[in-house]
Amino acid sequence: MAENINLTVDRSNVELTKADFVSDQMVKWCPGCGAHAILAAVANVFPKIGYRKENFMMVSGIGCSSRFPYYVNTYGFHSIHGRANPIATGMKVANPHLSVWVATGDGDSMAIGGNHFIHVIRRNVDINIMLFNNQIYGLTKGQYSPTTPMGMVTKTSPQGTIEHPFTAGELVLGAQGSFFARVVDTDVKMMTEVMFEAARHDGTSVVEIMQNCIIFNDKTHALITAKETKDEYQLKLRNGEPMIFGANRDKGIRLNGTQLEVVTIGQNGITENDLLVHDQYQQDPGIHLMLAKMAPPKYPMAMGVIRSANYPTYDDMVEMQIDYAKANSKIKCMDDLLNSGEVFAI
Amino acid sequence: MSETKNVLVAEDVVVKFVGDSGDGMQLTGTLFSDTVAYDHNDLTTFPDYPAEIRAPQNTIAGVSGFQVHFGSKKILTFGDLCQTLVAMNPASLKANLKWAEKGAYIIVDADLFTDAYNEKAGYKTNPLTDGSLSEYKLAAVPMISLTKEAVKHLEMDNKSVIKSKNMFSLGICLYLYSKTLDHAIKHIDSKFAKKPQLAELNKTVLKAGYEYAEKSPIFDTIFQVNAADVEKGNYRNIHGNQATAWGLIAAAEKAKLQLFLGSYPITPATEILMELAKHKSLGVKVIQYEDEIAGICGAIGASFAGSLACTTTSGPGLSLKSEAMGLAVITELPLVIVNVQRGGPSTGLPTKSEQSDLMQALFGRNGEAPMVVISSSSPVDCFYKAFFAAKIALEHMVPVILLTEGALGFGSELFRIPKMSELPEINPPMATPNDPDFKPYRRDPETLVRQWATPGTEGLRHRIGGLEKEDIIGNVSTDPLNHEKMTYYRAEKVARVVKKIPDQELYGDATGDLLIVSWGSTQGSVYSAVRKLREDGYKVSQAHFSYLNPLPKNTEEVLSGFKHICVCELNSGQLVNWLKMNFNKHDYSQYNKVQGLPFLKSELLAHFTNLLKK
Ligand code: SF4
Repeated sequence: MAENINLTVDRSNVELTKADFVSDQMVKWCPGCGAHAILAAVANVFPKIGYRKENFMMVSGIGCSSRFPYYVNTYGFHSIHGRANPIATGMKVANPHLSVWVATGDGDSMAIGGNHFIHVIRRNVDINIMLFNNQIYGLTKGQYSPTTPMGMVTKTSPQGTIEHPFTAGELVLGAQGSFFARVVDTDVKMMTEVMFEAARHDGTSVVEIMQNCIIFNDKTHALITAKETKDEYQLKLRNGEPMIFGANRDKGIRLNGTQLEVVTIGQNGITENDLLVHDQYQQDPGIHLMLAKMAPPKYPMAMGVIRSANYPTYDDMVEMQIDYAKANSKIKCMDDLLNSGEVFAI
Repeated sequence: MSETKNVLVAEDVVVKFVGDSGDGMQLTGTLFSDTVAYDHNDLTTFPDYPAEIRAPQNTIAGVSGFQVHFGSKKILTFGDLCQTLVAMNPASLKANLKWAEKGAYIIVDADLFTDAYNEKAGYKTNPLTDGSLSEYKLAAVPMISLTKEAVKHLEMDNKSVIKSKNMFSLGICLYLYSKTLDHAIKHIDSKFAKKPQLAELNKTVLKAGYEYAEKSPIFDTIFQVNAADVEKGNYRNIHGNQATAWGLIAAAEKAKLQLFLGSYPITPATEILMELAKHKSLGVKVIQYEDEIAGICGAIGASFAGSLACTTTSGPGLSLKSEAMGLAVITELPLVIVNVQRGGPSTGLPTKSEQSDLMQALFGRNGEAPMVVISSSSPVDCFYKAFFAAKIALEHMVPVILLTEGALGFGSELFRIPKMSELPEINPPMATPNDPDFKPYRRDPETLVRQWATPGTEGLRHRIGGLEKEDIIGNVSTDPLNHEKMTYYRAEKVARVVKKIPDQELYGDATGDLLIVSWGSTQGSVYSAVRKLREDGYKVSQAHFSYLNPLPKNTEEVLSGFKHICVCELNSGQLVNWLKMNFNKHDYSQYNKVQGLPFLKSELLAHFTNLLKK
């Protein structure tokens, strides 16, 4: 599984296991919080990636999500609210041999850190962002966030919010994101697979995790997680495969004119051949954006890797410019610089 | 040289070139200052740009200037009043006449003193003829006409010809100060190597200006400034911001680390960012981030990852960085924060200099977050203080604020080029791979410094962050006594940096009637005033502080030698209160100026003399 991984990051020469990443810290998320499952997925995926365990770097901002670095045994940095992304950028550019992971939330990355979020994506720095989206401020006990559905009553919106929520995927693709995936905290298997793909992607990868906050926003993702409805409302994307969903796998997505449309296979002459086939690697983000925007109840929610397009990464280009300058400049050391240009002896 | 001229030997002189933004005064000034430097005079230069990028032509707002202070002695200031003012249009004369000494040469392009331009500059009558300049030596030179006349034979286009008139004024000044044309000619030849016609044009005009001055009876007195008695060595002219950038690169090389800058453009600090972006061949990594906060946060990330990490800014940017500075304090990571101070508050006076961020540097963070604060006192000193700030940050695992000033950043000075081997070593406390005893907050008992274990190092995985950490172990801790202990450690760790800080020096005797305290860019002007008073027999000394936190260990002793202490600052009184907080048994007064302008020697002299008479 580990063949296609980025060669810049040093590889482990021993087989690693989950135990290599278990931290000695007590996990302090609320019992039943979706974050526990995310931690389980990360513990699954890190040993599989094949990097030296010392080369993993976990960075976070502030919020429930941001306790994450304490719970994995890697180098870790629990920073300040909203700033994990620029910190991670500095780390990766300073040392491209690190595999840098960011644990952040909807408030951390889309409110206070919104500016940094779009810019790290725009630069395509090779880091992996796990965006815990529980549509609420958990750590401060229940205020609305930039992804809280409009109209929802929270502690700071007693009559319901009057704000239009962000869709994370739309923001990521609008910022020219090269990788965007969506998973739900109830599906550890899918999380594991998707995080592996995120690690494998060269460039900024954003994995939005629809996370349940059992205390302040329980069942906010119920339509896509409840046994009775999840199959009807989750479209699990697989590259190269037609977009089929539904408990009976009889529903699909086709492009009708300029819009996506939910159709039933076998009705009105619709066959599998009429459905869109997922191409996560295509450069044009048009269909990816439509997929990212699909939301229940009209549509199923697209899950899995929505986009993973190849572009040069910021950190690679930094190294290329430095290599070029080193090879072509006459100034090789500080003494050279001090004595360059207009110098005269007295 | 004509025999009818008086030659006056001068110890130091100030020449100021002013004109419209498009008149090429920066180039004229630079060529003049390079010439005097080649002629072994000591010098400083100070440019004065308009705040607007494209201000309306021939208006006061569009005036651009360049001041050169040079001499046969050590030059310590940018100069108060000038002895020669070259003003290329009415607006520049109007804006700058107040900086000319009575009796100074005022050299103007008489062709531009038309009714329309005079009016645009705010003159009701023509200043060249209304007698208002009678106390000066006015040289009303029809520069455009003379330039055209001189290059008629070259048959060049009118625009290029008019543009070259700044070379006419340069020729006059080089003659006036007994300098040769050699350097200027060399520069023109290399600048226009691919355009020989333009080279010829500029050289012809330059020579015409020189010959004009030689023949003109107005210039009956010319000046001779002898070579300065400076230490032998290789020299160059350097701006403060460039010097800061170079000091940081030098420190990274000494420490054998990569230099990382996270920054965001802001006047007057942007030149440091631009300068560092040029030096990729030395491995310098620069990210121009999306904002000031990201700039410092990126630097903190790079610091954890093992770089010499820096961020550069000016006042408003420092405000934005406050929270992250606290993060650097609590994570105990090395970081250099350069603040090129400007007039505040808020956007304030972006292009003017002030010393008003000292209190912010000392205290401007939530919680108790002490930081090392260092200042530089001249453009060249920016190199050494940036180097030292980096050395302290790296060896003590602390963020350090370096306070420079807009005037220092833009100003230039003659720089004796050091050899890298002359600079001190820098030894960061790197942790040993697989050290079984490694703990993130275990400290050196002497310095209280923790070790630097960078990601990737085998066997040292650990976590740091903004939450309070347990002593030694580094786990998150809300234990009350632990917090108190860690607060004490962070303060004491900064306090113990004092061992690396040189003792406070004094200019003058160790005891006396009056001690003048200064810091930052005012060193030279205060020194000049104190020296004059000492020559007149007064018992006055100067203590110029560069290390503001911690203050040098002999500070109390230095202050104790004097009956009265006067603290001079370009703010409304910040160092004076910091000193009062720390050393409260002395008799202090303060002398301040908050005009975005430097102290004049004359105003300092007047104030100190008053104090001494009391
Ligand atoms: S408050 Fe909500 S998000 Fe935070 S730990 Fe508890 S359940 Fe999880």
